[in-house]
Amino acid sequence: MLDQKEIVSEVKVIVFRLKDEEYGVEVNQVKSIEKLEHITRVPRTPPFVKGVINLRGVVTPIIDLRNRFGLEESLYSESTRIIIVAVGELEVGLIVDAANDVIDIPVNAIEPPPEVVGGVEAAYLRGVAKLDKRLLILLNLDKVLSTEEIKQLDSIEG
Amino acid sequence: MDMNQYLDMFIEESKEHLQAINANLLLLESDPGNIGHVKEIFRSAHTLKGMSATMGFEDMASLTHEAENVLDLIRNQKLTITSDIMDVIFHSVDLIESMVIDITEGGDGSADVSAPVKKLRAIVAGDYTADQEVAAATAVAEAEAVEAAEEEGTPAEDHELDDYALMVLKQSKELGNNLMWITVTLNENCLLKAARSYMVFDQLESMGEVIKTKPSVEDIENERFEQSFEIAYVTMQSVEKVRSTILNISEIQDVVIEPIQLKSEAPPAPVVTEVAAPVEKKPADNAQTAAAKKATAGGKTIRVDIDRLDILMNLFSELVIDRGRLEQLAREIGKSELQETVEHMSRISGDLQNIILTMRMVPVEQVFNRFPRMIRDLQKDLHKKVNLEIIGAETELDRTVIDEIGDPLNHLLRNSLDHGIESPADRKKAGKPEEGTIVLRAFHSGNHVFIEVKDDGAGINKEKVLKKALERGIVNPANADSMSDKQIHELLFAAGFSTAEVVSDISGRGVGLDVVKSKIESLGGSVGVESVRGQGTTFLIQLPLTLSIISAMLVQVKDEKYAVPLSSIIETAVFKKDQIMMAHRQKVIDFRGRVVPLVSLQDIFQVPDNGADKEDEVAVVIVRKGEKMAGLVVDSFIGQQEIVLKSLGKYMVNVFAISGATILGDGQVALIIDCNALIK
Repeated sequence: MLDQKEIVSEVKVIVFRLKDEEYGVEVNQVKSIEKLEHITRVPRTPPFVKGVINLRGVVTPIIDLRNRFGLEESLYSESTRIIIVAVGELEVGLIVDAANDVIDIPVNAIEPPPEVVGGVEAAYLRGVAKLDKRLLILLNLDKVLSTEEIKQLDSIEG
Repeated sequence: MDMNQYLDMFIEESKEHLQAINANLLLLESDPGNIGHVKEIFRSAHTLKGMSATMGFEDMASLTHEAENVLDLIRNQKLTITSDIMDVIFHSVDLIESMVIDITEGGDGSADVSAPVKKLRAIVAGDYTADQEVAAATAVAEAEAVEAAEEEGTPAEDHELDDYALMVLKQSKELGNNLMWITVTLNENCLLKAARSYMVFDQLESMGEVIKTKPSVEDIENERFEQSFEIAYVTMQSVEKVRSTILNISEIQDVVIEPIQLKSEAPPAPVVTEVAAPVEKKPADNAQTAAAKKATAGGKTIRVDIDRLDILMNLFSELVIDRGRLEQLAREIGKSELQETVEHMSRISGDLQNIILTMRMVPVEQVFNRFPRMIRDLQKDLHKKVNLEIIGAETELDRTVIDEIGDPLNHLLRNSLDHGIESPADRKKAGKPEEGTIVLRAFHSGNHVFIEVKDDGAGINKEKVLKKALERGIVNPANADSMSDKQIHELLFAAGFSTAEVVSDISGRGVGLDVVKSKIESLGGSVGVESVRGQGTTFLIQLPLTLSIISAMLVQVKDEKYAVPLSSIIETAVFKKDQIMMAHRQKVIDFRGRVVPLVSLQDIFQVPDNGADKEDEVAVVIVRKGEKMAGLVVDSFIGQQEIVLKSLGKYMVNVFAISGATILGDGQVALIIDCNALIK
């Protein structure tokens, strides 16, 4: 993955907002951006799993990114969006505060993440991109969507 | 160019006809006296012949033609079915099948058909004269018994003459006319087929009378026939005269004239056969009803690309969401006309939804159908006697799963026959009936479809399996002693394991059951094995209903809706609060004399309270798991509905007591409760 990035000098990312920070996910990992609609709660799942939605006939799990990153949850508003991302066989919706931009980032602007950015653990991050005055945090979706925590929870309950 | 367009249709239809032939051949073999089966086979073979000739697959056409001749003799009871004849026919069918496969793969469908053709011809030539008299005698008896003999009275060809035509023929015969069945074939490049055929009719009518044509006169006039048409004809002229008259018309390629033999005109039957006649009538009747049944069962179908169904389905789901919004809007606006229209639309789209969903479901029969034939062939090769019992062939599975499940099942069946069932001698020694039984059973249970392959053979030889596994290095010798029976049985599925002493081509060409396992797992299912030494082995395949429809009861718990599969529900009931008792700190109710523990869905699923008033009655869904029961406490019953099972996706695995989800009419997701997990 990384090698490829070096050849291609720019990556296209979807920019979304979470609390006061701006985050980015690569465009090719994003399937669509949806408005918030009815979420069916799934009992006995970790608190960041908000439930499932009907995404054009496919039952898609939804996780709250604020909760996932340990940020305080806020009420959903008109600007709240669900970003549907696909990583490998997983297809998951991420609830974010707002999503409204697509930008190209030069690969050389991406730096490795510092220990903690905006309260988000470095493990979930792929890097930080400095663009003029904006600071964009790039997510490591593999880690964010890791099901290990869910499985661990299972074994505790089971 | 033009033909390509029909090629797909030809392939599909050929496969269907071959399937029908195979199925009927097997029926025929077990019930050789039943002419109904022969008729079915004949019909399919006839269509095959026509189709392949039209498409220009000459080898196939000629082979089917010869097979047809043999079948014809059987059908008219001029030939008795023997095991040898059946084998020749089976082989011919196999050959045709391989041609179809060749065509499917882009080949020209040519094959060396000389050997089977020769055999088929030999059957026709050899037995024909020997059996003719006997056949004639039977025919007489039948003709006397079955009035006008619509079943057996039709001569050599399947003329489909009705009573009236037969009567006319009979009378004409009595007047000294010659009865003929004329097959006229036009030149391939004949342009005005209708005109030519009209000239034929014109000539014929000048010399005699046309009783019947095939296809109908109307169809012939409209050129709705291939190269040839057939005529039942009555004339005072000789066959030769008729032939030369027709051949004088240009663009006629060939004329075949056969005399029509009316069976009823044969000398009166001896008294003995008359007594026997009523007995013989019965199978004929049976055959007729069977054929009629068959005809109604096979409706008209068209083929649709599965991708298109997927697209349709997804589009429809979107529509459903909008429908939900419309309904809501209509409620808010409160205009009655609008509401009525929306309601009507909802009903229609509801029906539409059901149709779309069921369209993808295919009975597993499609796959099961080919197994009897395979087992039959195999048991001959292996010199074993096996009866294959198929149960639950009507169980429906998603089309995609159906397409994939054939191979693993085939493998398991072969395995059961090869390794499971013992030789007749061994079985006798073990005190079992010589004929072994393999049961192939499909059934729905909860959220899965199960397919079971069960044999009453020798069972798994643990020692042998373990020894082999050690030899192949699959098992660490240190662990060998501590392995449970189940673990040892599971070794069969280990990669690189094959118990066959000699690698036969029967059970999997040296490939082990691990292939079966990986295939089924790739479908999201699992396979297990149970075996009792000396009594048999059972393979159980569990398949998820990735897209399967089940009946469920929708229930409301506070603001949430859940679906409970109807298959696990015994009953729904409403109890007064004071009917609830306590036993060992567990709420229970007395349900028809049984103490049933209550499970509150609100507690189990931690459903947030919506502050609604608590009533003094509780709604309970009584569910069961095997013999055990439990009562699920809900707020209210919404109703029974057909729902589509959807998986929660790979992100959420093993959610407690939830087996999947479904999308409701309003586009929202409802979770499906796994009752098995709630009953301990």
